[in-house]
Amino acid sequence: MPMKKVMKGNEAAAWAAKLAKPKVIAAFPITPSTLVPEKISEFVANGELDAEFIKVESEHSAISACVGASAAGVRTFTATASQGLALMHEILFIAAGMRLPIVMAIGNRALSAPINIWNDWQDTISERDTGWIQFYAENNQEALDLILIAFKVAEDERVLLPAMTGFDAFILTHTVEPVEIPDQELVDEFLGEYKPKHAYLDPKRPITQGTLGFPAHYMEARYKVWEAMENAREVIKEAFEEFEKKFGRKYQMVEEYKTDDAEIIMITMGSLAGTLKEFVDKKREEGVKIGAAKITVYRPFPIEEIRALAKKAKVLAILEKDVSFGSGGAVFADVARSLINEKEKPIILDFIIGLGGRDVTFEQLEEALGIAEKAIKEGVEEDVYWIGLRKEIL
Amino acid sequence: MAESPFKADIERAQKELTEKMTPGAIAYIPGSSVINKTGSWRVFKPEFNKDKCVRCFLCYTYCPEPAIYLDEENYPVFDYDYCKGCGICANECPTKAITMVREVK
Ligand code: SF4
Ligand code: SF4
Repeated sequence: MPMKKVMKGNEAAAWAAKLAKPKVIAAFPITPSTLVPEKISEFVANGELDAEFIKVESEHSAISACVGASAAGVRTFTATASQGLALMHEILFIAAGMRLPIVMAIGNRALSAPINIWNDWQDTISERDTGWIQFYAENNQEALDLILIAFKVAEDERVLLPAMTGFDAFILTHTVEPVEIPDQELVDEFLGEYKPKHAYLDPKRPITQGTLGFPAHYMEARYKVWEAMENAREVIKEAFEEFEKKFGRKYQMVEEYKTDDAEIIMITMGSLAGTLKEFVDKKREEGVKIGAAKITVYRPFPIEEIRALAKKAKVLAILEKDVSFGSGGAVFADVARSLINEKEKPIILDFIIGLGGRDVTFEQLEEALGIAEKAIKEGVEEDVYWIGLRKEIL
Repeated sequence: MAESPFKADIERAQKELTEKMTPGAIAYIPGSSVINKTGSWRVFKPEFNKDKCVRCFLCYTYCPEPAIYLDEENYPVFDYDYCKGCGICANECPTKAITMVREVK
């Protein structure tokens, strides 16, 4: 029987790692994800998880150790956040290019300066082009489930790419919620053993990994990463289906909420989706035709799903906790890019919101909704809207 | 100059690596680095003076490539296909039997 426990998001991530039985975990403590490796090292010390726990002196070393372990052919896990993820940046490309299915839990946190330990998505969004698959969790249960799914997808022979699952700093990492811990046996069945055919260490059959790629080879090698990411779309959907069959919880690339007759659909990711659904409920009671959509998988970007969504509404309003300076929101750019060649497309609005742990309130969502309603009648006034900005102190 | 002892490996690796792109660009043969001829990066070239050499092997030991091997009499032979011209050998040589000279005059 699956067990239900009340736990923090960080503990849920550690439990997911325990259930996946990685052979090597290398991690460096960083707020807000410190508890993940702490809890895992406890599991290892208590003999509940048979794994090598490598203590390192930085995140750059943590991910480097993971690359080494994964290249040797074992299931590998790590956790980090914010500046720690930024410090891993260089090696993230290498992990993807070498096609090593490392899985990483991320407590999504803002980047410096100023130093800020609270939630937004700037850390993982900034790594969107490294070749890592990206999941975003709405709650602690999703954090656990999406880490298991991340292993399943990453290790699939059609994919073989590393994957990260983000869950919002403090809103999830440090907040307790009831979480169902799946049966170990079922998880074992779901994931199977990791036996790579491409990357492994066998002294009897030496191979060269991480080779030099001259101009004559580099482009093909990068195309293979592109192709693997494209393959991941199908593999993720299959994994979601199998997960639902085994564990009863349904996941989708894009989860829609009351979108069927919606004029305005607000799109977001992570824990903000929970707030947004409540807001939609409230506005629906008031008779406003509004719906919500949550992007669960950000890389590969769910282009087809966004196209289907765009056919339903007059406005797609993107609410995102990240900025691409000099351009706008990153999710907005992806949504807009998905629709650029569609004959008919809705108005797409770009809302930057809740950076660095600023609470996203109903008043702010009202403000965004007001702008969306006005845009239908009078058109779009600004390329990017900063919602909840304290203009008086600027 | 004596022929590289890696000639057969180079040919084999060359064949396998150019035929099919593998996941992660992994080379499923040992010694793929031999096909990447780093000699083209060189600006300075080690010049060897046999009369001064005491056959201490220090150059052979320190060459990072390794682009030095030893002939039948244990004198160093420089493989200019791989010598990147770092000058470590010249620096380590106790008798100054190696001097770095600019490749292009
Ligand atoms: S210059 Fe450097 S690479 Fe060339 S032989 Fe000397 S040590 Fe080796
Ligand atoms: S280090 Fe100098 S003396 Fe020693 S073997 Fe090399 S060239 Fe000869």
